[in-house]
Amino acid sequence: MSRCQNVSRREFLKFAGFAGSGLMLGALVPGWRPVMAQTAGLPGELNLFISIGSDDRVHIVCHRSEMGQGIRTGLPQVAADELMADWNKVRVVQGMANEAYGSQNTDGSRSVRHFYQTMREMGASARSMLEQAAAERWQVPVSEVQARDHQIWHDKSGCSLRFGQLAEAAAQLSPPDKEQLTFKSRKDFAYIGKGLKIVDMQAILTGQAKFGIDMTLPDMLYASIERAPVLGAGLVSLDDKQAREVKGVVDVIQMPAQTIPVGFTSLPGVAVLATNTWAAMQGRKRLAISWQDSAHGQHDSASYLKTLTDRVVTKGRVIRSVGDAYSAMMNAVDTHSATYTVPYLIHAPMEPPAALARFKDGEMEIWACTQTPQATQNTVAQQLGIDKSKVKVHVTLLGGGFGRKSKPDFSVEAAFLAKETGKPVKVTWSREDEIQHGFYHAISAQYYEAGMDDTGRVTSWVQRTAFPSISWTFNGTAEEPSDGELSLGFGDLPFALDNLSCETQKAEAHLRIGWLRSVSNIQHGFAIGSFVDELAHKLNREPRQMWLELLGSDRLVNPKPEGFEYTNYGDPLEQHPIDTARLKKVLNLVAEKAGVEESVGQHEGWGISVHRSFVSYVAVASRVRVKDGKLKVLEMHCAADAGTVVNPDRVKSQMEGSMIFGLSLALMGEITLREGKVQQSNYHDYPVLRMPQSPPIHVYLVESDAPPGGVGEPGVPPVAASLTNAIFRAGGKRIRELPVSKHMEV
Amino acid sequence: MIQFNLNGKDVSVDAEADMPLLWVLRDLLDMTGTKYGCGMALCGACTVHVDGQAQRSCTMPVSQVAKKQVKTIEGLGVDASHPVQQAWAQHDVPQCGYCQAGQIMSAVALLEKNPKPTDSDIDEFMQGNICRCGTYPRIKAAIKTAAGKMGEGS
Ligand code: FES
Ligand code: FES
Repeated sequence: MSRCQNVSRREFLKFAGFAGSGLMLGALVPGWRPVMAQTAGLPGELNLFISIGSDDRVHIVCHRSEMGQGIRTGLPQVAADELMADWNKVRVVQGMANEAYGSQNTDGSRSVRHFYQTMREMGASARSMLEQAAAERWQVPVSEVQARDHQIWHDKSGCSLRFGQLAEAAAQLSPPDKEQLTFKSRKDFAYIGKGLKIVDMQAILTGQAKFGIDMTLPDMLYASIERAPVLGAGLVSLDDKQAREVKGVVDVIQMPAQTIPVGFTSLPGVAVLATNTWAAMQGRKRLAISWQDSAHGQHDSASYLKTLTDRVVTKGRVIRSVGDAYSAMMNAVDTHSATYTVPYLIHAPMEPPAALARFKDGEMEIWACTQTPQATQNTVAQQLGIDKSKVKVHVTLLGGGFGRKSKPDFSVEAAFLAKETGKPVKVTWSREDEIQHGFYHAISAQYYEAGMDDTGRVTSWVQRTAFPSISWTFNGTAEEPSDGELSLGFGDLPFALDNLSCETQKAEAHLRIGWLRSVSNIQHGFAIGSFVDELAHKLNREPRQMWLELLGSDRLVNPKPEGFEYTNYGDPLEQHPIDTARLKKVLNLVAEKAGVEESVGQHEGWGISVHRSFVSYVAVASRVRVKDGKLKVLEMHCAADAGTVVNPDRVKSQMEGSMIFGLSLALMGEITLREGKVQQSNYHDYPVLRMPQSPPIHVYLVESDAPPGGVGEPGVPPVAASLTNAIFRAGGKRIRELPVSKHMEV
Repeated sequence: MIQFNLNGKDVSVDAEADMPLLWVLRDLLDMTGTKYGCGMALCGACTVHVDGQAQRSCTMPVSQVAKKQVKTIEGLGVDASHPVQQAWAQHDVPQCGYCQAGQIMSAVALLEKNPKPTDSDIDEFMQGNICRCGTYPRIKAAIKTAAGKMGEGS
């Protein structure tokens, strides 16, 4: 949104999810109830995001999905600040799928990064319209009036009017041009930079918050779906007699066949529909199904990983090069090389995917815990042949997302079943479904090699990566990572090197590959963070010193002239450069705060790592104890520079969460496949971190005037290496193959 | 018909005897504050109190709560005034919030049994409750704050 739009009341209500039956469901959410009551009156719609009621209530639309990052608080907080509204009078309205908002795809750590400015403009524009309305009412020049404390003041005369008294008049005005907007200066911020409590706190603490899995409609059916165990396998035969005999089971329906590319479409399977979830699950157990063989039926993750590790030791396709890495390597006095691997991973958000759909009078209405309402709308429209304008998508709260819920396949399932049955249908994935039929973080191998001269200076560097690409999911042909994936901590290597070769190797996909919190930064952050530590050890340097040497002078790195189409998380390098000074700053900060160079107890060690991702900079230090083959993580420190911060408490909580998410995957995360089937099924064999394994965590935020960077993901990439480096320093072994639980008790 | 007391009110439900309490609460009684996370007593999202004891409702057949007192998050404090809820707000514990009903019900049960838990008491009691968002450090801090407050009250 580059400019405020004045939208009609009807349009606003439609966007916000008030129209027709949406009201009924929305009203179930207590936080939303006052909004419903108010909009029955006549709110003044000042722009797409802001509306003010005559009772002074300000409604601000949050068009991004809330999954724990606090965005339903953060974005409205920005708009309310510029508006000079009283936060207690602000109500947040969740936006439905609508392209008018701009992107609603809540992934890539983009919400504040890409909408901070928009929300400021929306707030400033609404304020300007209220000021204009007041000036007209008082017949004074607009330059003499100003907003303060939810009112417009004419200080000369001492007159003031509440926002609510001006809302209707202001709504008649055209919004100002962007060029005419005035913004608050940083020192005047009332909410930006403050740790406001999340708007959903009360609802969460009292069990009233509504997630996708909680949605209900009268007469709805509950569905549980048995999906093909191997990607690409179709159904051969089905006997559903016993399933239909289960009390509560109403129907059994075959899901559509698989298309290639798989994209976001639903998986083939058999749905059991019942009057409650339990009956649907029981019925499903009694289905007798035989499945076809599939081309992916031979996929074995262990032998596949072996193939990848074999490939990365040989020269691949060069994506970025400086000098002549190979002849410099030949001339090196000493060399060091290592191969690192990370297994397949899955998201395991506490709320599994779930969606409710209703098909009525040619219109499909969906309520889902989706990170991407617009892709939900598009995919449902395409797969079911419904006009897009007839697909409405409501966004509920998400019980965690981590990338899983930006794939709308589960909403497609609900929509398909609603269309088939003519009844509202809620599809609830079981934990087993979530773990066995997801979009997986790619299994990978990375090879790093450095050549040194006789002073120990690194003179040559070769790095290779191989992993099945997310692109395959969408084109069915890709056999190498895309530039976008290689931009995640690989082709953007920020080291000062005279000779460098960055290469990729081939890797075919055998299951749906997707993105998981920080995506291929996971494997690249682990590999680079480990390799620097290995070099430090070999060259007898403090790890921090090794990093500083490799990072070189303070400068902005641009990989493009060196042949790499760097994507920089969708942002221009001028706005968000790769700044080695900022990397060094977080590294030094964490090293000093944690005291990583001080002595530690017996069997203990510190490990550090630093990584730039999603245009933010994060360094992590971990202290561990390794004794009798058993690991204990004693403490973690995290220094983050995410540019301008809107809600420091939520940024801290994202960093804490990222430490724990990173620990979880490094310690125990592993999905394996045999004969094309995922071997894990629930939290007993896909364990995630629990409280006794969770160390004290200290977060330090760097104060910065830089534009906002990402927050939800950048904490994750440095964690694994900080941990395995600490294990090595504590006298444990050098772990190059994740997870750590393969090597010691965690 | 199976009868039990739910948050102070007598209810009777027409459910199969082996249907887990979780689904009775969620699907038959429309009490969706109690969450599904694993269905195998592995994650704690479904924690409720049965006669004052923390129980995983996903593996508890509804027949086992016949004539018993069941308390869910909805019965804890509708205005979020319970000391545990207040401590949760004070420490800004929730991220997505999905696991928090289970966490809170476990924490309340812990503190009712052990008003002054040590770190390892907390670890041990709370290890059955997963939070994928990673709110553990704040949960721990909030339990200690709540312990102080509940101590004052008694
Ligand atoms: S749903 Fe009951 S313990 Fe996970
Ligand atoms: S707050 Fe999201 S799972 Fe705990």
